[in-house]
Amino acid sequence: MKVSYNWLKEYFDLDVAPKVLAEKIERTAVEVDEVTRAADGLKKIIVGHTLDVQPHPNSDHLNICQVDVGEDEPIQIVCGAPNVAKDQDVIVAMHGARIKDNVKIKRSKMRGEQSNGMICALQEIGFDEKVVPKEYVNGIYVFPEDSHVKPGEPVYSYLGMDDDVIDTSVTPNRGDLFSMDGNAYEIGAIYDKVPAMNHRALETTDDSTDIKALLKIQIDAKEDVQAYQMGIVQHVNIVPSPFWLQVRLMTAGVRPINNVVDVTNYIMLKYGQPLHAFDYDKLTEKEIHVGYSPAKTKFVTLDGEERELRATDLMIKDGERNIAMAGVMGGLDTEITPETKTVVIESAIFDPIKIRKTARYHVLHSEASMRFERGVNPATVTAALEEALELTAQFGHGKAVVNHLSAVDPEPKEVQVKLDLTRINHVLGTDLSVQDVTNIMRRLQFSTKVSGESFTITVPARRWDIHIPADILEEIARLYGYDNLPSTLPTGATTIGRLTTSQQVIRGARHILQGSGLNQAMSYGLTTAEKAKMFMLQSSEETKLAFPMSQDHAILRMNLISGLLDDVAYNVARKVSNVALYEQGRVFYRTADVDRPNEVEHIAGAITGSLATKSWYQKEVPVDFYQLKGIVSLLLHDLNFKETVSFVANKKRPEMHPGRTADIFLGDQVIGFMGQVHPQIEKQFKIPETYVFELNLQAILEAPKNIQHYEPISKYPAITRDVALLIDKNITNTDIVAALRSKSSHHLETIQLFDVYEGKHIPEHKKSVAYTLTYRDKHNTLTEDEVNKEFDQAIEALKNTFEVEIR
Amino acid sequence: MGLHEQLEELKEKSLHEISHADHLKKLDAVRVNILGKKGPLTEILRGMKDIPKADRPKVGELSNRVRDNITEAIEKRRSELEKAITEKKLADEEIDVTLPGKPVSQGQPHVIQQIIDNIEDLFLGMGYQVIQGPEVETDKYNFEMLNLPKDHPARDMQDTFYITDEILMRSQTSPVQARTMEKHDFSKGPLKMISPGVVYRRDTDDATHSHQFHQVEGLVIDKHITMGDLKGTLETLAKELFGDRFEVRLRPSYFPFTEPSVEADVTCFNCMGKGCSVCKHTGWIEVLGAGMVHPNVLKMAGVDPEVYGGFAFGLGPDRFAMLRYGVDDIRNFYLNDVRFLTQFSKKG
Ligand SMILES: [Zn+2]
Repeated sequence: MKVSYNWLKEYFDLDVAPKVLAEKIERTAVEVDEVTRAADGLKKIIVGHTLDVQPHPNSDHLNICQVDVGEDEPIQIVCGAPNVAKDQDVIVAMHGARIKDNVKIKRSKMRGEQSNGMICALQEIGFDEKVVPKEYVNGIYVFPEDSHVKPGEPVYSYLGMDDDVIDTSVTPNRGDLFSMDGNAYEIGAIYDKVPAMNHRALETTDDSTDIKALLKIQIDAKEDVQAYQMGIVQHVNIVPSPFWLQVRLMTAGVRPINNVVDVTNYIMLKYGQPLHAFDYDKLTEKEIHVGYSPAKTKFVTLDGEERELRATDLMIKDGERNIAMAGVMGGLDTEITPETKTVVIESAIFDPIKIRKTARYHVLHSEASMRFERGVNPATVTAALEEALELTAQFGHGKAVVNHLSAVDPEPKEVQVKLDLTRINHVLGTDLSVQDVTNIMRRLQFSTKVSGESFTITVPARRWDIHIPADILEEIARLYGYDNLPSTLPTGATTIGRLTTSQQVIRGARHILQGSGLNQAMSYGLTTAEKAKMFMLQSSEETKLAFPMSQDHAILRMNLISGLLDDVAYNVARKVSNVALYEQGRVFYRTADVDRPNEVEHIAGAITGSLATKSWYQKEVPVDFYQLKGIVSLLLHDLNFKETVSFVANKKRPEMHPGRTADIFLGDQVIGFMGQVHPQIEKQFKIPETYVFELNLQAILEAPKNIQHYEPISKYPAITRDVALLIDKNITNTDIVAALRSKSSHHLETIQLFDVYEGKHIPEHKKSVAYTLTYRDKHNTLTEDEVNKEFDQAIEALKNTFEVEIR
Repeated sequence: MGLHEQLEELKEKSLHEISHADHLKKLDAVRVNILGKKGPLTEILRGMKDIPKADRPKVGELSNRVRDNITEAIEKRRSELEKAITEKKLADEEIDVTLPGKPVSQGQPHVIQQIIDNIEDLFLGMGYQVIQGPEVETDKYNFEMLNLPKDHPARDMQDTFYITDEILMRSQTSPVQARTMEKHDFSKGPLKMISPGVVYRRDTDDATHSHQFHQVEGLVIDKHITMGDLKGTLETLAKELFGDRFEVRLRPSYFPFTEPSVEADVTCFNCMGKGCSVCKHTGWIEVLGAGMVHPNVLKMAGVDPEVYGGFAFGLGPDRFAMLRYGVDDIRNFYLNDVRFLTQFSKKG
């Protein structure tokens, strides 16, 4: 809320600078967005009086004005505003003046005529167009007679531009701070001052009319209306409101409209009580109903928009006809116009949730709805109405009908909260005394009964946010000052903080992939329908957002690879050709019978280009299947599984290259896959040859692990034998190793592949492979003979299994 | 010429030859030449038999001395020559030490991960557990259990992606706290936890908004937890993340699940409190929301608010990273441009 410092001074003597006050508000109550003074940066802008206005001889729209600026002689100013006329009090920017945006005004010639300054519109000296009275939006501003301006004097104080405005950002719980009264109570509590509430009683009345003869009110939706009162002012002249009121509204960011509407806005700012004024003569039934209309009823609001109502929008009706959306916006039909003679003013409290839903649904967040949503002080519903009636009568030279109608009386409830000193100090960590607490309550004007160290606190209705001891604790804490709280750490029983095994494994996996040259990526969990279900490790139903904001983020991902490929594409498009990324995060699998998906931790990687970049000593080595397999194997090896990890060719993954893809098994369970992305998919993502893997980290976390123990290092030497084979191309390494192992004893320690060759000098469909077999007996020295015998057996087994030529 | 003179002459001649031997082979030849069985020294000594017996010891002594002198000179020369060879070899082996080293390929953790790990490690050290909860939550845990009943105005503050009426993408990590509180056996001691993770909001992505971002929230529940403990904990956190010179100040705020609720500002890292455009000339930057756990939240989780109480706090690593490193567009965190990802060295 824009809080005027000048207005605040009407509540008490304030001897603090506005900036200091703002800082105090921020540290004690609510955040302050900014403190502004409209006159800051402006220079030499004064009141002028137009003595003579003549058309410019060389222009069809300019006028030559002789303006009294308080000097001996009038000055000549050429003005292009359509509304400039003789005998106006206007805003003049003199030669050397600074107007909005630091624009400098200089003497000049306009089409041959001397112009010694500029006659300004309000916008030109910094006013937001939204607050400028409509009649002055497209022209210069003209001071009304009751502004009593004097030519030559600076305009700032007349227009409230020397006021400091503290713009607060009110939290949802502090609806009371959407009123000047509320702010005055708050600042009074901060500075230990008692604000003077200048509420004006109804005096300008005509007691010859009975209001009940003029209007009836019927509340149909009783549960949604906490207070409903109306009053009537007759014989009103609709004119601009007094100058001081217009200035006050503009300072608060509200556009002056006419005396009636301005009064309702002024009262809203003062009390926090939104009011609505209807034109009585446009009510045909003279019977107000507060209730609902059938769904899809059309209703035109004040802003001229036709809206289709829902059956749950709370409405004000005249008989059957809708005349306002309760608490949100009035109707065009019954608005106050220059012809209005009799005014009905409504002061009410509506259900905050109802108002909130209507305002949200129709996207109509008004100053009124905002206040109703956060609550309204039930103690001042009547006072606000009465002051509004009084001001309307005064400013419109009319008479209020003596009594107002009350269909639902407001019930200002005072809440009692019990609290004791031990509790206060226990929660805040402070050492406050009974006196300290009662002092704070006194500043808040909460009456307090003390019995020993127990307090019974009566909270006035104007602080409807306070109900329970925790609410009072907050009041004490903030007024005592957060800076004054001690700074300690929790004591009490010791707890051990450590990562769970899963968390450790996940961190370990991240470190291995980083150590292998992959950068950690973070992608979006919500993706497109197509990408969500690519590269699936298992079948799953998709999980959709009910109302996505865009189709790009509509479905929960069921794989990480597609996100990484987007990242690869992003980099490649920007000429970054070596991209190695991994991501660790959740995928969302769902079965058809439940709405909520199962969240599974995955880890995936994507590499394109080269891991070892080109340098002065080596050529760039493009990444291939085996390099990625090395990384994946390292990752899996580190986990020390009980069961064996194996890589099995899978030609059937639709997004993967059919000849360069392996499923990764742990025992007989598929825990992931790796390989090259299908060239067709690469094309679709606009990426070059890219290798990817995705692992179900959850399965890995849950898989049984070996308990690590020390393996004594054998004292006995190892003996090796090399063998080179010519064998069918389609026989895999796994097949060969299995055959070599099939007839071997535990003496065969390792089988290491050291060469694979296809091509020149090798028959077609054949390959040459070479292995080193390492033999060792952990408890004896093996003899050459023993080794030869075992080696021959292994080769024999191989020959028996495959057609093979030993070279 | 007597033996004596012969020996002296041999010595002079030999020393001259030795000093002129310019490589090891020549020196070896000189050695064999002079000291060998057919060499002049042996020859001279053969003449010993021709001199008087009385003179023999003297001549013997002299010849030994000459032999020693020559041997010594040879060894000295040899080590000189060897040294020269070594030096030549080392000179030949000289490399350009300014050529770049062979790159070791090493990936980086994501900058947001770095911040999360940093916070996790700090709190692990203070006896907290790290607990991750589901990203797809129920309305009950995401809102209701946190004192945000349906139609609560504060729900507007975090507009949410719903899947069904009751199931949603979590808009905060606080539901993890509600779940943990509900399960915790307080007879076994206090609950101290942090919950890092991804959260989702119905926001249009732009420079400062992202429909997905991260949060880390912390919670401590015990019998004797004060707001002073919260203040001290936040100060510790700020000093860990930013440095010892950073101060924390608390300001009143509003969150439905805490009361009193505060916002915590940290000294502006751009101006160190002097005031600048980053901190809107206040010297402070808002980084954390916190407060004492609302009794309703405790009650709903089955914890007796008369006996137990505690504090909660939350912060956004994305915002943190933006402030800390001057990243001006939050979308950078999710584009995974390698040139961006590799900028954040872990020790920075
Ligand atoms: Zn700063």
